[in-house]
Amino acid sequence: MAKVTIDGHTIEVPDGTTILQAARMLVDKDKMVDAKVAPPTMCYYSKLKTSGGYCRTCIVKVTKGSEKDPRPMPKPVASCRTKVMDGMEGVNITSPEVIEARKGVVEFLLINHPLDCPICDQAGECHLQDLGYEHGLSKTRYDFPRRTFNQIDIGPYIKMHMTRCIMCFRCVKVADQITDYRVHGMLNRGDASEISTYIQKAIDNDFSGNIIDVCPVGALTDRTFRFKSRVWFTKPVDAHRNCTKCSGKVALWLKGNDILRVTGRKDQWGEVEEFICNECRFEKKDVKDWTIEGPRHIDRHSVISANHYESLASLKLDIGKQQKALSTKK
Amino acid sequence: MGKKLLIHNDKVPNIHTLQVYREHGGYASVEKALKSMTPNDVVEEVKKSGLRGRGGAGFPTGMKWSFLAKPEGVERYLVCNADESEPGTFKDRYLMEKIPHALIEGMITSSYALGAKTSYIYIRGEYFYVARILEKAIEEAYAAGLLGKNILGTDFSHDCYVQVGGGAYICGEETALLESLEGKRGNPRIKPPFPAIAGLYGCPTVVNNVETIAAVCPIVMMGGDEYAKIGVGRSTGTKLISASGHINKPGVYEIELGLPVEEFIYSDEYCGGIINGRKLKAVIAGGSSVPILPAELILKNDKGEPRLMTYESLSEGGFATGTMLGSGGFMVYDETTSIVKNLYTLARFYHHESCGQCSPCREGTGWMEKILHRIVEGHGKPSDIDLLWDIQRKIEGNTICPLGDAAAWPVASAIRHFRAEFEEYINNPSKIKDVKHYYSVNQLAGA
Ligand SMILES: Cc1cc2nc3c(=O)[nH]c(=O)nc-3n(C[C@H](O)[C@H](O)[C@H](O)COP(=O)(O)O)c2cc1C
Ligand code: SF4
Ligand code: SF4
Ligand code: FES
Repeated sequence: MAKVTIDGHTIEVPDGTTILQAARMLVDKDKMVDAKVAPPTMCYYSKLKTSGGYCRTCIVKVTKGSEKDPRPMPKPVASCRTKVMDGMEGVNITSPEVIEARKGVVEFLLINHPLDCPICDQAGECHLQDLGYEHGLSKTRYDFPRRTFNQIDIGPYIKMHMTRCIMCFRCVKVADQITDYRVHGMLNRGDASEISTYIQKAIDNDFSGNIIDVCPVGALTDRTFRFKSRVWFTKPVDAHRNCTKCSGKVALWLKGNDILRVTGRKDQWGEVEEFICNECRFEKKDVKDWTIEGPRHIDRHSVISANHYESLASLKLDIGKQQKALSTKK
Repeated sequence: MGKKLLIHNDKVPNIHTLQVYREHGGYASVEKALKSMTPNDVVEEVKKSGLRGRGGAGFPTGMKWSFLAKPEGVERYLVCNADESEPGTFKDRYLMEKIPHALIEGMITSSYALGAKTSYIYIRGEYFYVARILEKAIEEAYAAGLLGKNILGTDFSHDCYVQVGGGAYICGEETALLESLEGKRGNPRIKPPFPAIAGLYGCPTVVNNVETIAAVCPIVMMGGDEYAKIGVGRSTGTKLISASGHINKPGVYEIELGLPVEEFIYSDEYCGGIINGRKLKAVIAGGSSVPILPAELILKNDKGEPRLMTYESLSEGGFATGTMLGSGGFMVYDETTSIVKNLYTLARFYHHESCGQCSPCREGTGWMEKILHRIVEGHGKPSDIDLLWDIQRKIEGNTICPLGDAAAWPVASAIRHFRAEFEEYINNPSKIKDVKHYYSVNQLAGA
């Protein structure tokens, strides 16, 4: 076991735990701990092996390496990939330096992002939106053309909108870990790189739909749900069915009695509890197919949880000021 | 005349052939190591020699070798990094092209020390003709019983292969190199684990630069203590420097570490002074990634002491007034050079070569290039200098591999030492001729 302290909160965790996991455990264990002590993640996904390390949003500062070697680490580290040591101390939200560096990362993620949220199916449950609200600048410093790609269809069910991709590699890891051979990966290099199946091949696998759920942004979306509704106008419920391929435990997104969309059940970190099969996800759109358990509690990563709109202050908008500006304009 | 240990025979006719190479004492270190030393003896000699990695980072080679994990029944590998893609660096090419057997000899001796049955030379795609030279040399070595089963009648067997890369700079980063060698996309791995624990095919692996491996031969022959007498302090031995730019005699020079920078630039034995008698403006001392220094800071450090060609002396003063020895790519700029344009060229390079895995490097390198392009074309904004500074600061230290740092340092140092020149570009756009300001989106997307 190793004892770690993050932002002043201490917890004992098994050896081999990462700083990020330890922070999540802290938040899970103690309701008094601010959920933000767990760093935001855009590429790490606890259910996917070797995920994490790419996006750099989860950075923290290690102020004390361990009991044995108390030296601080010279540079911020990716908490999702750094294992704890006994006696380690780190800072996340209590460090202005970390917040500043994270702001930088968020800016990098946004400079080439199209910001087409108004027409994006992911809007409302997009991790990049969340991150932007919490750490973004209100005005971009980037005044060059943004990179664009053509949209492609990966098979009948999945839309790939590469322009929105933030290169988190989660979908690549899903494809790698659910299929026996490589069907989906990265082409080209640097800021010209793109995620692709190369020749627009469908990922021919019963679990391919999960790449939609793991995508933190609207780069991979469900074609059966495309432009049907904003997510916050749909009602999520937990439901299950007898499925031979997966557990059959899903979240249905209803409008009236219509099932607009089926997804995995996401936990408070925005990760699905279990991967579901394509049959459940794409082909069972009749309420009679399902046993409905009850409303689904939406934790954090969705505006429908009203979390982000709890108060105007959290939106960081000063309505009074705006109104004043409008009235003086007239 | 300084001592030469690596390329002293470079002018001997046909030194690239095994016969001539052996006539000049070649492969003696293989004989000596395999027949009269244990592998551990060789490692000890390398440790005593104080040899530091010649690929750029300067990590002590003996220490790296002693970190190599040695689990029972698991293969170990030696991989030679011949990717040499750092702008300004062309010393490994010279060595391999002129005296290929010097590298092969080093590969065998080093592999013996590490207990590696197989080794690979990963060479950059553009060096395809050098790969052929190496393959020829390996063929000769096999025929002479220096490679293959029971080398020179001993128990040691070894195979060495040349693998040509696809020509990406990032494949010089050791873990990207290993990925590429395994046939995958050359993306740097997230460390730990380090190659010494899990490298090629998940097996313990040592990755060393061409020059580092070649230097093992003289160390075995003369002994580590004797080697350590050359040089100054913790910078021991000799180093190949590839000198280019506005000098009278560009080329590859072998120097004893500790040579004063001023002597290196102005002495006829080396660079022979600045071309056309012009004045020195700046130097990038160790390949494009290291900070550029203005003339007054490269010749003398901030305390006014002469700078020496050593790891320590060049980095004296930290990044505020110092730089690094790096890979030994010594680029000299005279008074006619535009630092801004030069920086733009470098920024283009790093943008082009970023692998795209981590957000700060993938997005930041492109952004910096575009801003510099705008400045060079006469459309810079006064806020651009601070913006560039802020971007490089947010890339540095927050990436998976050091390419992010390598992209940030040139920008930081150019602004630190030549800020006025940037201001001039921005304030007097009319002076900058041939303005074409465009950047097509297709170009960006690589379409
Ligand atoms: C972007 C990048 C490019 C590199 N390119 C080279 C190279 O071309 N040749 C080389 O020897 N080392 C290169 N390196 C350094 C290697 O990662 C590694 O440190 C070196 O091969 C170790 O060998 P040494 O200890 O003998 O120097 C590069 C590093 C980075 C980050
Ligand atoms: S498509 Fe989505 S999941 Fe895949 S790399 Fe891009 S952002 Fe990540
Ligand atoms: S720093 Fe750049 S080159 Fe290195 S892993 Fe990250 S994106 Fe790739
Ligand atoms: S979540 Fe840790 S680097 Fe992306």
